Amino acid sequence: MSSEPEATLTVSKIRFGTVIDHIPSGRALNVLKVLGIRGREGYRIAVLMNVESKKLGRKDIVKIEGKILMPEEVSVIALIAPTATINIVKDFRVVEKRRVEVPDRIEGLLRCPNPTCITNKEREPIRTKFRLVSRNPLVLQCEYCGTMVSEKDIIELLGNGIDKR
Amino acid sequence: MDNPFIGRDVISILDFSRKDLEQLFRVSREMERFRKSRIDVLRDKIIALAFFEPSTRTRLSFETAAKRLGANVIGFSAAEATSVAKGENLADTIRMLDSYADLIVIRHRFEGAAKFAAEVASNPVINAGDGKQHHPTQAMLDLYTILKLFGRIDGLTYAVVGDLRYGRAATSFIYGLTLFEPRKIFLVSPPLLRARTEVLEHLRRRGVPFEEVDSVESIIEEIDVMYVTRIQRERFPDPMEYEKVRGAYRITLELLEKGKDSLKVLHPLPKVDEIDHRVDSSKYAAYFEQAANGVPVRMALLALILGADLESMGVRL
Ligand SMILES: [Zn+2]
Repeated sequence: MSSEPEATLTVSKIRFGTVIDHIPSGRALNVLKVLGIRGREGYRIAVLMNVESKKLGRKDIVKIEGKILMPEEVSVIALIAPTATINIVKDFRVVEKRRVEVPDRIEGLLRCPNPTCITNKEREPIRTKFRLVSRNPLVLQCEYCGTMVSEKDIIELLGNGIDKR
Repeated sequence: MDNPFIGRDVISILDFSRKDLEQLFRVSREMERFRKSRIDVLRDKIIALAFFEPSTRTRLSFETAAKRLGANVIGFSAAEATSVAKGENLADTIRMLDSYADLIVIRHRFEGAAKFAAEVASNPVINAGDGKQHHPTQAMLDLYTILKLFGRIDGLTYAVVGDLRYGRAATSFIYGLTLFEPRKIFLVSPPLLRARTEVLEHLRRRGVPFEEVDSVESIIEEIDVMYVTRIQRERFPDPMEYEKVRGAYRITLELLEKGKDSLKVLHPLPKVDEIDHRVDSSKYAAYFEQAANGVPVRMALLALILGADLESMGVRL
């Protein structure tokens, strides 16, 4: 096997943009979802799934041409892909590598699983807010109703990506 | 003396420090002098009572407290809430009340409703119960009652009995105790109604000694305070199971006689049949006094939050 597995797939290097590497396999589409990318934004995007990885066995990779991720976007990736690394590419070269880290506070991204939480009441002008209780294992707590959420619940609770309001 | 309460919201008992509560209790003690009279320190204030969920006791207790301070009271109870709101959202109803009143007291069946109301309102908001989550003024009067009965809150052994999962009074009481140094807290409930994860996590983080047990009988000799809450039929999918639990968690005089002489029983009221009525007139019953303590504690809280000039009335802050 090649140490550069993506070379075996016909995905060219990007000129300017972001490569999200070391995503746990199967989570690439969730990464796009939390970034609020639906495919209609005009970015050229490559999604590689289940490619070989020395570290993870199998991994996913997402390449987004034309978009440099904002720090806020980098941190939300940590919620579903804590192993991910972010490479910022300019002129075909990696100019910056970032590790992802779950932020202390997550706003407007996750739905609260408690049906009688005020954030689930219809027609209220309210965004969810979760605070980080523990990084490892990942535990978040709803600031409104106190409900605790663990890593396994998070994918299910992701709404429609970053709330751009 | 400083007044750390001025302009503050009261969403959870955990918004306050031990020092804050000790000051509140000192002022509450002074307010007892005006239990049957008036201290007109809030004459120019209007307090809105927004009870979206039924409550008689808490609402009357707040209303009495406000009136003994000379404030005016507006508001509605659950039956009127739907017509007040006419389908509008909570945010808009709160904005309306906020424009009329100097302080809003809210009870709502959604957890987090009071916190959200406080974000919308510019005036202070007091949580009088949000779903199963918090009931901070209940916890304040509960702790005040224990302080009056025992002269301290620290060093005592507590049993919190009943519905610890959905009961906001029990939850707030447990949270309140973590601001002090209880010797131990026994959490006594059927397995279905155990305290929620976040409550247990909080106890662990604060390093408060606690133990989850199934029966009161097994710990009766150890405890100083028994805090009893109602177990509701609706919580049990199986009616047989409910009947079994109800019998097992009934507090009888015979049970209490096995405990310490100084044992006191608290209950947020209303109670139905979870406490044998023979207990009512015994030395163990503290719940009627506890309910009465709601007025001076809420008087102290309202006066402090609204920055009433208590000192000119001879009340030390
Ligand atoms: Zn919630």
